[in-house]
Amino acid sequence: MPVLSVRGLSIDYLTRRGAVHAVRDVSFELEKSETLAIIGESGSGKTTLAVGLIRLSPRGTRVATGEILYTKDGMTSDIRKLDDDDLREYRWAECAMVFQAALNSFNPVITIWEQFLDTARAHGIKDKHRVRERSAELLDLVHLDARRVLPAFPHELSGGMKQRVLIALALMLEPQMLILDEPTTALDILTQRSIIDLLRQLRQRLGFSMIFISHDLSIAAELADRMITMYAGRVVERARVEDMFYRPRHPYSLGLLRAVPRVSGALGSVASIPGSPPDLIRLPKGCSYAPRCPYAIDACREAEPPLLKVDTPEHEAACIRWQHVAEVIGSKAPLPVAEKLA
Amino acid sequence: MCLVGESGCGKTTTGRLLAGLIRPTSGRLLYEGKDVWQTKGADLARFRRAVQLVHQDPYASLNPTRTVFQTLSAPLYRHKKARGGRQALAAVSELLERVDLTPPDNFVSKYPHQLSGGQRQRVSIARALTVDPKVIVADEAVSMVDVSIRISLLNLLLALGREFGVTIVLITHDLAVARYFARHGRIGVMYLGRVVELAETESLVSDPAHPYSAALIAAIPEADPEITRGKKRVELRSAEIPSLLDLPPGCTFHPRCPLSEAGLCDVKIPELLAIPGHREVACHVAVRERTAEPAAATA
Amino acid sequence: MSTAILARPTLGQRVAGPMVATFEFLRLLATRPIGLAGFVGIVFFIFLAFVAPLFVPLRNDPSLVDIYQAPSAAHPLGTDFQGRDVLNQIVYGGRDILTVAILAALVSTFIAISIGSVAATVGGRLDTAILAITDVTLTLPKLILLIAVAAILRPTSFVFLAVILGLLQWSSLLRQVRSQVLSLKERDYVEAARSLDLGLFHIVFREILPTMRSYIVIHFILAMTEAMYAQVFIIFLGLVPVSGSNWGIMLYFAQGQGALFYKDSIWYILSPILAVSLVQLSLVSFAGALEDIFNPRLRGA
Repeated sequence: MPVLSVRGLSIDYLTRRGAVHAVRDVSFELEKSETLAIIGESGSGKTTLAVGLIRLSPRGTRVATGEILYTKDGMTSDIRKLDDDDLREYRWAECAMVFQAALNSFNPVITIWEQFLDTARAHGIKDKHRVRERSAELLDLVHLDARRVLPAFPHELSGGMKQRVLIALALMLEPQMLILDEPTTALDILTQRSIIDLLRQLRQRLGFSMIFISHDLSIAAELADRMITMYAGRVVERARVEDMFYRPRHPYSLGLLRAVPRVSGALGSVASIPGSPPDLIRLPKGCSYAPRCPYAIDACREAEPPLLKVDTPEHEAACIRWQHVAEVIGSKAPLPVAEKLA
Repeated sequence: MCLVGESGCGKTTTGRLLAGLIRPTSGRLLYEGKDVWQTKGADLARFRRAVQLVHQDPYASLNPTRTVFQTLSAPLYRHKKARGGRQALAAVSELLERVDLTPPDNFVSKYPHQLSGGQRQRVSIARALTVDPKVIVADEAVSMVDVSIRISLLNLLLALGREFGVTIVLITHDLAVARYFARHGRIGVMYLGRVVELAETESLVSDPAHPYSAALIAAIPEADPEITRGKKRVELRSAEIPSLLDLPPGCTFHPRCPLSEAGLCDVKIPELLAIPGHREVACHVAVRERTAEPAAATA
Repeated sequence: MSTAILARPTLGQRVAGPMVATFEFLRLLATRPIGLAGFVGIVFFIFLAFVAPLFVPLRNDPSLVDIYQAPSAAHPLGTDFQGRDVLNQIVYGGRDILTVAILAALVSTFIAISIGSVAATVGGRLDTAILAITDVTLTLPKLILLIAVAAILRPTSFVFLAVILGLLQWSSLLRQVRSQVLSLKERDYVEAARSLDLGLFHIVFREILPTMRSYIVIHFILAMTEAMYAQVFIIFLGLVPVSGSNWGIMLYFAQGQGALFYKDSIWYILSPILAVSLVQLSLVSFAGALEDIFNPRLRGA
């Protein structure tokens, strides 16, 4: 039984120019203790999807269709139908979110201890001693010294320490599920490394499920069990992490993988994807990646391809040319991309 | 040439220093053998033109109220490279073609907000080219554009370097980008305002001499699950980065360094010294070991 | 090759450019009903004040039989203490008020922008000195000062009055211009202009001030409202030698001649008040809509 099951979710933004179809017909499932990475670039709808999952979407957003089913102890409820009290309960106690922007969203004039206290109070924990014990426990979990960190003000902490505090706060009510939006983007490399290692440890110890939202393939390579690639609001490929990295079947996933140079090992062939993402208000007919795709044929421009089962039952790609992509990768033929490494 | 370092290590300041926009506290900046800050007026202006900066943020580096044509034609008029609208338009179109914004007619009358991040960055590069610079300092020029188009921007910069003999200094925190960009050049690694290692790219990546470079390379998450999950870690003694206002004595890396030796590293500031393999490193231990080995072998 | 973007366009294009811009402006304005209403109001009052007097004959002769009449077909807004037509006075009474408001706003905006941007760009001691003077001016009680100045100088011409008003209200805009320029100075594109050696003139007038255009226009409109109030207020107090007729003078006489005590004179008293309020309302709501319209992100979107 999956912890979270999203079915046919579509989210629009209403703007002056018309509705922006930010998320279109997205479905996925998250199993217990599993880590899922949602990868996409700006405008792919990944952040809209993430805030949609905990119903924190800004005004002017319309959830057009779909359901978000959450299961705990055999009870399943639709997040979209929760009332305000249940929703608040769900947001922290079941599904906590760590935002990308949150590093700067600490209230600068209150101490970390007061942050913990406020969060605990908001969820009905009144006993100060219990909060004190719990926060010490949590900070210990993220390898921070509670005696030094709790009385500190946010500006006294480095970026990496703040990220750890945020993770500790998110874990306060022992959620089953953690959503992390670009958890390491603003941090430098050595700190990134320590946060990644920390998340891996915590997941092993506490057994929660995680969803990463990122544009960064390497964090998926580090931590994910399964991956989803999003393009123009849709899921274009869904696979186990090894399949996605070594046997991608959607040309966009392949393009993205080829666009990132490596530090270790051979440099290999690296190339950008030509063109830019489509206008989400006026989407092209057919596959929205077709204008940038080197393998596109006429049929691609006629109808939007559904997610098709490829290779294994756990691997799906929204591309009618997936077999061709498989051949290209298998044959190691020179790649038909616009810019190749000189 | 690439400069690599983490946020707050002084990369951006170095970039602005190179472009002659800020005055150094000490030391000299030499251009064609002359100290830039000893020159005045026209000479300083000439130097500033010779070194152009491409900024990190494609949303802030172009004036939102000016069209691409206005942005690119102003320096052309100012430096008498074009007289009259027709000449300017021809020159601007040529520049746009040079940075692969084709056809130029589609771009000349656009405002920055009508362009994508990558396109804006190309306009910034074209603007730098208006004054025929000798050096372009690209400060994190690709880190704020989408992953899928970074390489094409890097390729553009490389091509400009080749075709027009412009030296490009790329400043980045991303070692993978640096490795790609400077694959036939050198990388300088910065830590807390100092260059700690300077070496040819492949030798740096495969065999870093400075313990900080080694830690950096071992820590980088990579877009390949097998490589990245199998990486050997360099254990640091501390995760905390000292403040630039209160630098530790001796080697600034010694509080975190796994090789640190008491009485040496915490006292004496290491200089950037040449070691075998056409490289320079600022580390007492690395210099001793790397220069001692061949000496011992010959002895 | 398209030539529409050349720096020196032909005459035809020079006309076509602003026309396209005007059309675009009206299209955006049409999507904001309150701003549109303000715009219509402003056009109406400008027409009323500057154009209508050319067509409507001035009827300024006292008529003792018509004193304090209620509105009627002959006198739609009634008559005043000398039996003169109120509507006629409203038509003739706007020109001076609006002229002074515009002039005063021009004076204060000009002072604020020129000195404010110089202070920010040059910096150092000059900046400190300008800032100190500005702060002192900011803390002065303006209305009281205005009364004192008007009582001493007895401004006889409206241009003089406008200059006095302008000199009293530049300080807050100057401070804002200064801080805006200070922050814009640090922008990457200004740094790029410095490194391209484009010169101080270009940096101030081409890079920095245009980005503040919307801000300046909006402030100009708000400065007009401020100048109007102050002006009507001191005329009403009788501190400006009264001659001719304007909305302020109408109020002065209405009060002075005891119009309050006549039952049919309510429209006589209300008319100038309404005229002033409606102009103000139009200006403020138009300024509000401009805020959106000037945002370059919304243009052409």
